[in-house]
Amino acid sequence: MKITLTVNGKKYEVDVKPNETLLDVLRDKIGIKSVKAGCWRGECGICTVLLDGKPVKSCLVLAAEADGSEIVTVEGLMKDGRLAPLQKAFIEHGAIQCGFCTSAFVLTAHWLLSRNPNVTREEVIEAINGLICRCTGYEQIIEAILAAAKYYKK
Amino acid sequence: MDFYGEVVSLTFKVVGKSIPRIDGLIKASGEAQYAFDLEIPGMLWAKLVRSTIAHGIIKKIDYSEALKVKGVVAVVTGKDLPYKLGIYVGDRDVLAVDRVLWYGQPVVAVVADSLEAAEEAAEKVVVEYEPLPAVLDPEEALKPDAPLLHPKLGEYRRAPGFNPIPGTNIASKYELKKGDPEKAFKEADVVIENKFKAPMVSHVYLETMNVIAWYHRDGTIEIWSSAQSPFAVRYLMSASLGIPLHKIIIHRPFIGGGFGGKAGLNLEPLVALLSKHAGYRPVRLLLSREENFYIAPVRTGIIAYIKTGARKDGRIIAHDSTYIFDSGGYADYAVNVARAAWYKCTGPYDIPNVHCISMAVYTNKVYATAFRGFGHMEFHWAVERQLDILAHELGIDPLEIRLKNALLPGKGVLPTGEKLREDAGRLDQCLIEAAKAIDWGKPPEKPKEPWKVRGKGIAALYKGPAEPPNAAASAIVKFNEDGSVDVLVGTTDYGQGTITSLAQIVAEELGLPIEKVHVRFYLDTDANAYTWQTVGSRSTFQDGNAVLMAARDAKRKILEIASQVLHVRPENLELRDEKVCVKGEPWECVSLQEVVFGYTYPNGHTVGGPVIGVGYHMPERRTYLDPTTGRAPDGSPGAPTIFITFGAQAVEIELDLLTGKVEILRYAGAFDIGKAINPLLVKGQIYGGAVMAMSLGLFEELKYGKDGRLLNPNLTDYKVARAGDIPKKMIPIIIENPQADGPYGARGLAENVMIALPAAIANAIYNATGVNIYEMPMTPENILKAIKEQKPELIEKAKKALMEYLEKKG
Ligand code: FES
Ligand code: FES
Repeated sequence: MKITLTVNGKKYEVDVKPNETLLDVLRDKIGIKSVKAGCWRGECGICTVLLDGKPVKSCLVLAAEADGSEIVTVEGLMKDGRLAPLQKAFIEHGAIQCGFCTSAFVLTAHWLLSRNPNVTREEVIEAINGLICRCTGYEQIIEAILAAAKYYKK
Repeated sequence: MDFYGEVVSLTFKVVGKSIPRIDGLIKASGEAQYAFDLEIPGMLWAKLVRSTIAHGIIKKIDYSEALKVKGVVAVVTGKDLPYKLGIYVGDRDVLAVDRVLWYGQPVVAVVADSLEAAEEAAEKVVVEYEPLPAVLDPEEALKPDAPLLHPKLGEYRRAPGFNPIPGTNIASKYELKKGDPEKAFKEADVVIENKFKAPMVSHVYLETMNVIAWYHRDGTIEIWSSAQSPFAVRYLMSASLGIPLHKIIIHRPFIGGGFGGKAGLNLEPLVALLSKHAGYRPVRLLLSREENFYIAPVRTGIIAYIKTGARKDGRIIAHDSTYIFDSGGYADYAVNVARAAWYKCTGPYDIPNVHCISMAVYTNKVYATAFRGFGHMEFHWAVERQLDILAHELGIDPLEIRLKNALLPGKGVLPTGEKLREDAGRLDQCLIEAAKAIDWGKPPEKPKEPWKVRGKGIAALYKGPAEPPNAAASAIVKFNEDGSVDVLVGTTDYGQGTITSLAQIVAEELGLPIEKVHVRFYLDTDANAYTWQTVGSRSTFQDGNAVLMAARDAKRKILEIASQVLHVRPENLELRDEKVCVKGEPWECVSLQEVVFGYTYPNGHTVGGPVIGVGYHMPERRTYLDPTTGRAPDGSPGAPTIFITFGAQAVEIELDLLTGKVEILRYAGAFDIGKAINPLLVKGQIYGGAVMAMSLGLFEELKYGKDGRLLNPNLTDYKVARAGDIPKKMIPIIIENPQADGPYGARGLAENVMIALPAAIANAIYNATGVNIYEMPMTPENILKAIKEQKPELIEKAKKALMEYLEKKG
């Protein structure tokens, strides 16, 4: 079947199979490889994208269900090739090691800070608790998110 | 010119600065390409058929139905791939040939033009087995009547210093003796004996194993792999397939975690051979998480027996230990893990009389490999718990007993007889600093809920790279026309921050801003400089020394060219701020850009040429070890490691006596790394390693059913730490006593941050409860079980406290 997706502001029409996931469509049909996968069954969270503004695990979403929706991946946070404050904060605070999980954490944090720029450490932890990072021990990720919060305050 | 130069007295411009990682931008923007992201037009997909029994003979394989599936290109069995693999013992089949050794071992591979077709066909393959009795426990596997996994063990190729025992399940065995332990045990005031255990665990790197291979018709093999040590992949493939090295090219993109799990040769030869069988077309194999759990190698488990003899004042005079490492179905790195634990068997203590046995034992489980810490977490778990038990027995403070026995520079003697070098790290400083950071000696505050208890624990550690005495590293520093440089190394940075540190070293040496130094992110074995492997926390030290030498080589060449231009001898010139100037006359200069591609005079005559510096690092004065003595082959002290990084880890924990749940309130880790080339990235290692170690200590275990089937092959049943689990507060402490032959005095760190933490947690549990834990992981169930066995009254008291608390609250 044919579906329409808006990804990072650009419209795509793609042919999908009924059992195809949003993850596979984004990576293999649209070619957005920043969306990673580590379990393909909703456990690691590193396939996270924003679907109509909310973080979802794209390995659990059928492409057909996402028809007509708006998707944002980490590229969509950037402006004219410039990094968003969260991306910069991740680099500066040492929140990136292997980098395989980075997009998922950045997108989840973006959703969190967009709704509530006055977050506490506990709220940050709660928001990212569904995501696995095996490298950083989360500490510098938490620091980076808290540091980037100021850019979300009006 | 002495390329090591001065260590201590320099002031640094770039080294020692917290520069954000140079590959941060490409990762944050999502552009970094991992093996997982690569595609080759026309590539085929492979799918593996796995064994459904833990041990048995393959009777018959019928894949006729699989061949009928549309899109199937080839079906390959073990018999089609008659090669033996293995880094230290050549015991491994590419696909199981006539015998399967674990539940989940790959037996047949199907190649098709889509993953769906390959999957469909794989399901149609029928394998008949004749089951054999399986052995899952390494101690059981040692019994004389245990089923034998490798009846041909005596015929396998083996590397020097490894010691398989044919006719048994011992993949390799080591023994050493120092002093006179029998006598010392008789003279000891106390002797204690204990048994400790740790299970096999999974690395859970987030990028599962995946490989694309293309066997070209001209006999060249190209491989794109999520592999830590591309040069080792190439070498081991060449050795086992009999193909010259230059005919094998490994491309290593970014790697989504490794932690030792991707250290050696894994799926690469299989996929390469599948490409050949599929008519020289590129083939991809990507493991799902479940497949990764079944097929990819894991960390060794351990059963450890320790006997310790000490005097009343806490001085340890005798140590006797037997470490039995669970190697799974093949020897892989496990035989070297057991070896590393053998020559460091006492833990970081100076014990005059020592007897140690260590071995890797085959069992019917997936094979074990390197895992960050390389066996040291497993045996330190035993040593550091034992030391606390001894301290309690003698009524001595756990910190004091460690200080009393600590290996100290210039004095301490290691189990192999080697004296610790004078500029080695200071364990005593690490212990004192880590203890101070958690207010050691001050009782913890009372928890708010009276059914909880708090305690403090400390544990020490040491480790150096476990590698052959000729494990080299090399580097090329190549100037570009505009005065910037490209740096080519062989190491893989899958998060440790190595390439940033290496860039800092080059920038420092050549007086360049870090922005002008490019270290190649993507590695190709036919273009990059060689390094043996990316393991053992060796990269900063060895690849660091190699780039330092290469940068100094480039500098020498630059000064030679400038000397002709400025008419002063090279030694009277200095290179700084991208200029070469006459010493003492800083206005007489030529810019770097003018000389790095040769200097051209106004009339066109040119001197010099493009500047390329080369460098290497080779371990110095390291020896092979005789597996029966721990000494060098000539009987002199055995010298296995190029440096030893000492450290201490201390925690304050809170334990819920009703649920058995442990929470870490404070963690302090102190490590003597000689020099922090980049403190920000060092901190990242300390945090990341602490949480990984905590996760292993508290949660992780591969669980097997009686039939040998893995019971938790997914991330729901196999729990790893999440953000909500981490210590409430983490305090990284960097100690810098430089080592003369380290780059700027630096030693490695990335593994050491793991090693002692689980023992420190268990020691804190004892401090809080008086209950001893002997087995990892310290899950709530296991902790409650230990309390019920040793101090059931604590639980009763906690229940009462809860009732009173609720009553009071109304
Ligand atoms: S890949 Fe989607 S949650 Fe792991
Ligand atoms: S940085 Fe490697 S998994 Fe998070």
